[in-house]
Amino acid sequence: MSSVDFINENINWKDITPGGEVYEGGTAFGFRTGDWRVSIPEYIVDKCKQCLLCTPVCPDSAIPVKDGKRADFDFDHCKGCGICAKVCPFGAIVMKKEEK
Amino acid sequence: MAIRERLSGNEAVAIAMRQINPDVMAAFPITPSTEIPQYFSTFVANGQVDTEFVPVESEHSAMSACVGSEAAGARTLTATSSCGLALMWEELYIAASCRLPIALACVNRALSGPININCDHSDSMGARDSGWIQIYSENNQEAYDNFVQAYRIAEHKDVRLPIMICQDGFITSHAVENINLLEDKEVKDFVGEYNPQEYLLNQEHSMAVGPYDIPAYYMEHKKQQATAMENAKQVILDVAAEFEKISGRKYGLFETYKLDDAECAIVIINSAAGTAKDAVDKLRAEGKKVGLLKIRVFRPFPAKEIAEALKNVKVLAVMDRCEGFSSQGGPLGAEVKSALYTAGSTAKVVDYIYGIGGRDVRVENIEEVYGALFDILATGNVGETYRYLSLRD
Repeated sequence: MSSVDFINENINWKDITPGGEVYEGGTAFGFRTGDWRVSIPEYIVDKCKQCLLCTPVCPDSAIPVKDGKRADFDFDHCKGCGICAKVCPFGAIVMKKEEK
Repeated sequence: MAIRERLSGNEAVAIAMRQINPDVMAAFPITPSTEIPQYFSTFVANGQVDTEFVPVESEHSAMSACVGSEAAGARTLTATSSCGLALMWEELYIAASCRLPIALACVNRALSGPININCDHSDSMGARDSGWIQIYSENNQEAYDNFVQAYRIAEHKDVRLPIMICQDGFITSHAVENINLLEDKEVKDFVGEYNPQEYLLNQEHSMAVGPYDIPAYYMEHKKQQATAMENAKQVILDVAAEFEKISGRKYGLFETYKLDDAECAIVIINSAAGTAKDAVDKLRAEGKKVGLLKIRVFRPFPAKEIAEALKNVKVLAVMDRCEGFSSQGGPLGAEVKSALYTAGSTAKVVDYIYGIGGRDVRVENIEEVYGALFDILATGNVGETYRYLSLRD
């Protein structure tokens, strides 16, 4: 079983791993930093030239790229920092206040 | 076959380390523990051990290197004293909370200031709440025996905690006394190989050590860590029983000396216990019912067992070889009084600060303590419960 599945806020002190050890790699993917978001980026597909300047600047790897083209944001991990909107030369990313 | 030798406490511990043949030693020299890494680095240079010796630039780095090395899966140790231990403070807690069974040879010395290099327990007593197992040694033999037992306790699956083996600076570390050593093979077989279940250098199974703990998890981890410390008590006794089979020397959580029918007793740690036993013998010869309890294991603190052992004692002195600045006495006094109170004891207890900064402790000084206890027994008047021994008034 993956640690991500059994380490959660219902775990008791007997079952929790010693010292908080996590017995696998890449577990940050299971941590939904998207919860922290105040602003949310909107991806305007029509204005996007697929230059991919936005992808490498994202601190959370929340802009998925497939076959050389970016797709919509991974909102489980996008913290809404707005760096992608700042670097986009074409106005294809717009930051908006997120309504929850 | 036991090997009869004459060694200082530092030599004895360095030899125990050689016989254990650990994977890594990271250390920085500080008086009076300097000789331990010094002797050990000679063993490394001579090819007598397979250890990677890391000569770091400070104790902060020494313990940091130990944490990294132990987490990587290597059996790791270090040695230090006084301000060296103080500089390790941050990493001591990290080692314990990451559940890394590092062994540390602590040669007890006063903390500055005023700067002083002599025997005093303020260094290890200051680290008493860091989550390390603490075992104390009266003489070179005990320092050696305790170090040989260290990893069996620390690495046990129910424990997984770092361990500190303490001995008195200069008095034990530098005085040469007779000692019985075990054969190299006996130690090797007793200590065994270190095979951690999970470790960072395991290519087959990646892991993370020491991740950030949010409030939803921290308490659960601390309760688990505290339980490991409780578990250590039984493991210490089990390992001691096994050690007795190969050495013939018996160890417990503490040692009692002529305590069974004692009316007045003292609780003491490390080398001064030897001096105090002489005082007990002298007073016993005069028909006085005196006894002694010498702490071996301070963490975990064997509170119930100590209260039980002291249940017939009417007047007790707890001897603290460091200040606590609580205005009530030192840390050992606080622990012992807490144990007695919890057990419903009505014994009268005084706390003595003694021998700090290397102040000489003689048989007659300890006799003076027993004399004061008999005064309390005769008058029923405890008087000042927080006293200094051999202080110029």
